[in-house]
Amino acid sequence: METTTIEPPLQALPTAKEKRYDRQLRLWGAPGQRALEETHLLLINSSPGVAAVETLKNLVLPGVGQFSILDPAVVEEADLGVNFFLEDESLGKFRAEETVKYLMELNPDVQGHAIKEPLETFITKDKVFTPYTLILVAAPIDPTILATIRKHAEALHIPLFYLHCVGYHSHFSIQLPPAFPIVDTHPDPTATTDLRVLKPWPALQEFAREQTHAMDKMSGHDKAHIPYICLLLHYLEQWRNDHNGTVPDSYKQKQEFRDSYVRKGSPDEENFDEACAAVLKSLISPTAPSALRDIFNAPEAMELTATSPPFWFIANAISQFYTKHGGLPLPGAVPDMKAQSADYIRLQNIYKTKAREDCAEVVATVRELEKSTGRGSKLAIIEKEVENFCKGAAHIHLVRGRPLQIVLPDLPVTFGDRAKAMVFELTNPESLIGEYIAFLAWDEFVATHTTSSSVKGGKGLRVPGNNDAEFEADKEKMVGIAHKIVDGILNEAGERIEDPEYTEIKDGIEKICVELVRAGGGELHNIASLTGGLIAQEVIKVITKQYVPVDNTCLFDGVASRSYVLRV
Amino acid sequence: MAVTMQAVAGAPTVNGEGPNRSRWKYLDRILLRPGGYTDEDYDPETPISNIEAAKILVIGAGGLGCEILKNLALSGFKNIDVIDMDTIDVSNLNRQFLFRQKDVGKSKASVAADFVMKRVPGCNINAHVCKIQDMDEDYYMQFTIVVCGLDSIEARRWMNATLVGMVDMENPDSLKPLIDGGTEGFKGQSRVIFPTMTSCIECQLDMHAPRAAVPLCTLATIPRQPQHCIEWAHIIKWEEQRKDIVLDTDDPEHITWLYQTALSRAQEFNISGVTYSMTQGVVKNIIPAIASTNAIIAASCCNEAFKIVTSSAPFLGNPEQNNYMLYTGDSGVYTYTFEHQKKDDCPVCGNLPKDLAVNPELTLGELVESFAERPESQLKKPNMRTEEKTLYYSAPESLRQQTEPNLKRKLSEMLVDGEEMAVSDPAFQIDFRYKRDCGGVRGELNESWLVCIAIGVLG
Ligand SMILES: [Zn+2]
Repeated sequence: METTTIEPPLQALPTAKEKRYDRQLRLWGAPGQRALEETHLLLINSSPGVAAVETLKNLVLPGVGQFSILDPAVVEEADLGVNFFLEDESLGKFRAEETVKYLMELNPDVQGHAIKEPLETFITKDKVFTPYTLILVAAPIDPTILATIRKHAEALHIPLFYLHCVGYHSHFSIQLPPAFPIVDTHPDPTATTDLRVLKPWPALQEFAREQTHAMDKMSGHDKAHIPYICLLLHYLEQWRNDHNGTVPDSYKQKQEFRDSYVRKGSPDEENFDEACAAVLKSLISPTAPSALRDIFNAPEAMELTATSPPFWFIANAISQFYTKHGGLPLPGAVPDMKAQSADYIRLQNIYKTKAREDCAEVVATVRELEKSTGRGSKLAIIEKEVENFCKGAAHIHLVRGRPLQIVLPDLPVTFGDRAKAMVFELTNPESLIGEYIAFLAWDEFVATHTTSSSVKGGKGLRVPGNNDAEFEADKEKMVGIAHKIVDGILNEAGERIEDPEYTEIKDGIEKICVELVRAGGGELHNIASLTGGLIAQEVIKVITKQYVPVDNTCLFDGVASRSYVLRV
Repeated sequence: MAVTMQAVAGAPTVNGEGPNRSRWKYLDRILLRPGGYTDEDYDPETPISNIEAAKILVIGAGGLGCEILKNLALSGFKNIDVIDMDTIDVSNLNRQFLFRQKDVGKSKASVAADFVMKRVPGCNINAHVCKIQDMDEDYYMQFTIVVCGLDSIEARRWMNATLVGMVDMENPDSLKPLIDGGTEGFKGQSRVIFPTMTSCIECQLDMHAPRAAVPLCTLATIPRQPQHCIEWAHIIKWEEQRKDIVLDTDDPEHITWLYQTALSRAQEFNISGVTYSMTQGVVKNIIPAIASTNAIIAASCCNEAFKIVTSSAPFLGNPEQNNYMLYTGDSGVYTYTFEHQKKDDCPVCGNLPKDLAVNPELTLGELVESFAERPESQLKKPNMRTEEKTLYYSAPESLRQQTEPNLKRKLSEMLVDGEEMAVSDPAFQIDFRYKRDCGGVRGELNESWLVCIAIGVLG
């Protein structure tokens, strides 16, 4: 039986920090907060980059450890109309320094740093990215520099975010390490109950019999307080007797079980209602979802080495458990149900005990694996980590990070093994792939119209629509590039789309291209702020390794007010 | 029919000797150039003068409100009012970014308005530290758009009913678009309402069904969860032992008392998991809130306001177009943008009666309780009367005492067939009309009893 000791009241009172962060700690808890506080974020900005600044705002507020802004520009008047973290007196001063100053006002616990060095020289330095836990790059950027950043991020396993925010449209892509597991996915509590009524273990079966054996002679009050799990187990025994030892399997059989067995027990008692309502979702075998089986079968889980990450050791051990028992370790949670207090607590403890036993078995396997692979005791896997894995096993998520797509000036845009999927996206009216293609075209425009400012006569980055004289010409160029990308996808996939669909797709993309040129590279504050919200949320997920991050590209269309996630 | 905002006369023009707009370089690119979705007759001169002349009312200066004020100011709006009666609490500081530690205890509306006016020169924000119910129709009539960032359903319903009630078909200016945002953790929604023309807050009420309450008998006799022990301490024990002290959920001594009372009860029943933080959460009904979701929803609301005023892109809320964006961010990023249909039987903006089955064997008291839980009504303190007699009044106290005995009587004893019953709640400007209709021969009342809700907004 669980015992809790009463803490003296003063110790139970929340600390100043817990008070400040109360509303978010209720989501990601102390471990998530700790991860956030150990983070050092690097933002690389070459334009007003307000979407990125707003991202930082949403991370400084919840208490990210440190952030750095690399931006060599000075504040212009146009910055004041779009960036909230500048004041009139910032004019002519370094944009990075001023923005850092005003962002730091939001939270005294956060450290901010400004880097005023040009990006070209910054990235040539040795180990320049090692201090950072996450890199955020805002377009526009010289694509060859972006490729260098990508290479470093890949090598260091640092998550890399790349974003666009132009007029009514925005985009971001996330480059995660090739294996990015999330154990604590926070699934919907109603979707997670695993009660094992089809495969009860002896202690549970025993308890159910004890609760139900004298059901016909019980007082109405007692009968109305039998926990519904026991009712299900009781009627399942009856069903087995009537059906040669089998359990209700098909949807129809489950309905019959509910209506002709459970419901017959009582027409209107609440616990019988609960039992009836639980039939369809509780009478399931505890099979591993396909995402989890993919993890079991992943090469990282099959071929452990002494230094494999703990995740793969535990995955291997749980895979063995699954093969041996034909089910996952029991999570152990029991939903609330009509019952007497003492009976409910006993039932809870029966589940908890079984969950602990299952977990102990997995821990034992992990220890054997550690031994057989020769893993040193310093790398011993923490039991708590095994416990968390066991509890959430059915909902564990693995993101297979892919390298960021970069448009280089002299290379065609290709999609590799995703080309066919992209054709499917093109024909799906819900998809915002057209917007993604427009942003690729925008990047290609920048790549082909930029002359490095470090070269003599170089004008730096030029974005489409940035001056009125070339507005119409830029529109035409953008549309041309975008249409070329569409045809490139079809060629690469070896597929065709017939008219009128083909023309409709191209017309749709043309409209977005016109919108991007219209903005001339400028941000609308609302769209920047919204995008900063989305990116900050994804950064938090990636840092805390909680919830499920976007895999791997997200688009927002501020005209239609909707978003879409693409896997590129 | 498309909704468009009229050009406002008397506003400064961009051509010629207009004010210096170099600050608004990026904004003006969008406004001065036609886009991929603008009408063919898009006139670049109207949007800027419309923005400068528009008056926006922001309701709430909390998590959403701070963002909304910043966003409107940086969208070029110059005239903004904000209403919020709340003061700043330390737990606001993780997202309400216009407030600092030194501001704790001060008015949210005033501090937020001052901050944004300092950051964005030329933007004028009037702060009102009061309830929305303290303002009259003349006050609300001066605004172009109302943007709501509230955590209370009651206040939203009141504002919605007021704006619907203000619509005068003869006067197009009386139609005030209502843009409403709401968040909870990683989830949220933004919606645009053109009162009387599109689905309103009341039409959408069943999208936000109230949480089922734990039965009192569970709290009193068979607690099973830590929350049950906390509710017992809160609802039963406090009344019993500290009746003379008004519970202040911000007083650490009060929360500590509830926590300890709940904890000892939990130990008595071997229930684990009661913590101080959980006690606070249950007693204050705390909803998790983070900066990122607030940013997303507030920006979506302001983006719609900006599009409505400038016509620079299609906006949500045109009749027969999408008017609602649902957002979830806990698993990936997901939005569902759709048209919520206006309901002909909406008690605020509809004109048809609503059918509802109620057992005539119910007592009036049971019916009163059910009004609080019904997703489409959610009335906590209903007053009920027929043309002939008063059935029950929740307030004032004298009337409540007088009508209390009726609560025990069955509906079938109190109303004759076809008789109308009006139900109202002082919290809203909504009047529900119910009609008893046995739909058959007299005396067969044990079948289901059809109740019609007819509609009327109190003037
Ligand atoms: Zn309505």
